[in-house]
Amino acid sequence: MNYIFYFLIVISIIVGAVNGKLQDVVDSVMSGAELSVKIAFSLIGIMAFWLGIMQIAQKSGIIDWISRTIKPVTRRLFNELPQDSPAIGDVAMNFSANAFGLGNAATPFGIKAMEEMQKVNDKKDTASNSMCLFLGMNTAGFQLIPTTVLAVLVSIGYKNPTEIIMPTLIVTLIAFLSAIVFSKIFQKLWRNNK
Amino acid sequence: MTNLLNVLSLWILPLLIFIILTVGIIKKIPIYEEFTYGAKDGFKIAVNIIPYLVAIIVAISMLRASGAIEMLASWISPVLNYFKIPVDTLPLMIVRSLSGSAALGVFSDIASNLGPDDYATKLSAIMVGSSETTFYVLAVYFGAINISKYRYAVAVGLIADFIGIISAILVTYWLFG
Repeated sequence: MNYIFYFLIVISIIVGAVNGKLQDVVDSVMSGAELSVKIAFSLIGIMAFWLGIMQIAQKSGIIDWISRTIKPVTRRLFNELPQDSPAIGDVAMNFSANAFGLGNAATPFGIKAMEEMQKVNDKKDTASNSMCLFLGMNTAGFQLIPTTVLAVLVSIGYKNPTEIIMPTLIVTLIAFLSAIVFSKIFQKLWRNNK
Repeated sequence: MTNLLNVLSLWILPLLIFIILTVGIIKKIPIYEEFTYGAKDGFKIAVNIIPYLVAIIVAISMLRASGAIEMLASWISPVLNYFKIPVDTLPLMIVRSLSGSAALGVFSDIASNLGPDDYATKLSAIMVGSSETTFYVLAVYFGAINISKYRYAVAVGLIADFIGIISAILVTYWLFG
């Protein structure tokens, strides 16, 4: 990540200078920083709400029930987590929310899952295998209906916007599965190198 | 099928809240106290992710402002022409992992300029719909728990994105080509 961060910024400055867009680059620092804080603050309310609901779900045993139900799948995927970890229930909630395109609801569940994984992580500043796998699965963005895309297509007068739902689903499923496969492959390679 | 999914999307959240609260009451959980206890973390998490978001969003804003993405696009376009992939979709492929709002912006631009019947509109719709912004997810999820060493997570995210792009191209060609 250190190198990625370095290259993104250094390349921007050099290319910006070559293209005569240095002023734009400087301005983008300001606007980017402002945007980050806006995004973070816009998350507070909805995050608080879902974390509150999740707390109730946890206390009433709903999360435990979900974890037990999907255990056969998650036990194989997240084999390094303790079998009774609440993270597994949170992971399930995160994926169901994502699948229905409820990104705002999915994020608090995902963060909750990460916090639970952090509790059993040995090195607190380093991502564990379970965390990398979960993150990879999330970046694939598995979603049943791409609502925003449909909205744009409708707005330009696309005749049959629903025809893109199936192909999108196929593609997102392929990306999702490859994230799982590659997490598992990297996990093995990484361990051998250390 | 689509109607069913739309109805499900509308109902899932209210239903979820209803079930969780009802089960809580039946089991005699002090739901109001538990709710406020859990909700307290909302602010803490949001503040926690700010440094990570600033790092990633500023770096990516700078990259977009510098014109580097257009430069990269002009280098790759001969390859795309060879495979008969519309060049208009190229900025989207590059920007997709970096910034969600930018990806949506590029897509809206393609859609409104080329119109509903263009092949590039279909391809870019599928590309945008099938992905989540890898770097945003990284910043938010790892930021919330103060993880700064990401190990292979970035690589997995980017490989999955790349495979997503390739399969979007193939699937679109297969169905609409």
